[in-house]
Amino acid sequence: MTEDPRAPRDWSTQPPYIFADYKSTVLRGPSKPLVSLKQTLSERTGPVYGHEAIGSLDSDLTRNAAKDGEPLGERIIVTGLVMDEAGRPVPGTLVEVWQANAAGRYIHTVDQHDAPIDPNFFGGGRCVTGDDGRYRFVTVKPGAYPWGNHFNAWRPNHIHFSLFGPCFATRLVTQMYFPGDPLLELDPIFQATPEPYRDLLVSRFSIEVTEPGIALGYEFDIVLRGPSATPLEN
Amino acid sequence: MSSKQTPSQTVGPYFAYGLTPAQYGYGHTSAVQPVVGDDGTPGERIRLVGCVFDGAGDVIPDAMIEIWQAGGDGRYPHGDQVHGPNTGFTGFGRSGTGMGEPGEFVFETIKPGATEDGQAPHISVIVFMRGLLSHAYTRVYFADEADANDNDPVLSAVPPERRGTLLAQREDAGKTVIYRFDIHMQGDRETVFFDV
Repeated sequence: MTEDPRAPRDWSTQPPYIFADYKSTVLRGPSKPLVSLKQTLSERTGPVYGHEAIGSLDSDLTRNAAKDGEPLGERIIVTGLVMDEAGRPVPGTLVEVWQANAAGRYIHTVDQHDAPIDPNFFGGGRCVTGDDGRYRFVTVKPGAYPWGNHFNAWRPNHIHFSLFGPCFATRLVTQMYFPGDPLLELDPIFQATPEPYRDLLVSRFSIEVTEPGIALGYEFDIVLRGPSATPLEN
Repeated sequence: MSSKQTPSQTVGPYFAYGLTPAQYGYGHTSAVQPVVGDDGTPGERIRLVGCVFDGAGDVIPDAMIEIWQAGGDGRYPHGDQVHGPNTGFTGFGRSGTGMGEPGEFVFETIKPGATEDGQAPHISVIVFMRGLLSHAYTRVYFADEADANDNDPVLSAVPPERRGTLLAQREDAGKTVIYRFDIHMQGDRETVFFDV
């Protein structure tokens, strides 16, 4: 089975490769124009992941690394739909997440931020979308943390997302932010996204997703490239 | 109803424990490995290695590379073919460049065959890193497949003076066949990146 060709990447919603305020882009973003590639079998196929690749606790970050208790922080549920541009669900696709702990510290060995590591929190998780395209994670709200981009720079609270979709051309890595975060307007990574589309990266609080007495709920839908036959403007 | 494509964001500096935890020794399993094919996979075993360089010519130690390729028979393990004769061959791999000097990505795989739709043997590549806001697509072709390369539709669409940036060079090191493919993000030797 081969997938239909995908609609082009919609560069109007995407950040540019070089965005001077985000200093690492200056020497790392491609500087020459991209060469157009007419999609072949290589782009219309892609890896397939089934539930066999996923452990039972992989989507619960409050439990997948617990040693002697629960991680500290505000417990949250993050869920949403993975869909194409026409709103059709993308079922059975791998969703991987990683994030800082509630104190704003990553478990990564390179992270030297002077905030505590949580012995009961790893920060990585994954799941596969259901037939309706929905994913769901239980975790704690990640903390903000400082970084070296400019004086007094802080990353807003965020969760990293990695998605595949049906083929190689639908790959996406992005970040989910939280509503009302005052750091968003100061963050060059968030701000690199064209202004009309920044809100696509911000989750929304949902009292319906919130579980009474357990955890606050946030919804974050993700739109991947759809088949090229999709009428984009109807 | 139509929706806009979700914007990409950088993978950041801390992807290793989330996306490549086994490779970096974090004690959790990885959904995707740098081993794409094993001894049971039909085809020629190869190791694909390379460094990623920034615009100052420095090696980038926190890049992540993903590859997608056909098997030695030119078929992709996609859809109905997933559980076909290529048992043990995933076609897909992921490797970070942060495992120490010299900052290489390393894939254990097999050399792909010409694909069913007549393309020269190649490996599709996605590049991620801190400082790259949107992932970049490129391709590995094989320098020792000159005839097939000359007839490849994608390679033919690349300006001739830049095609060399897409060619992996073969190095025979004992029993291991190594193909080296360095990626230059910028500069005179900037790798060709595709708008797929």
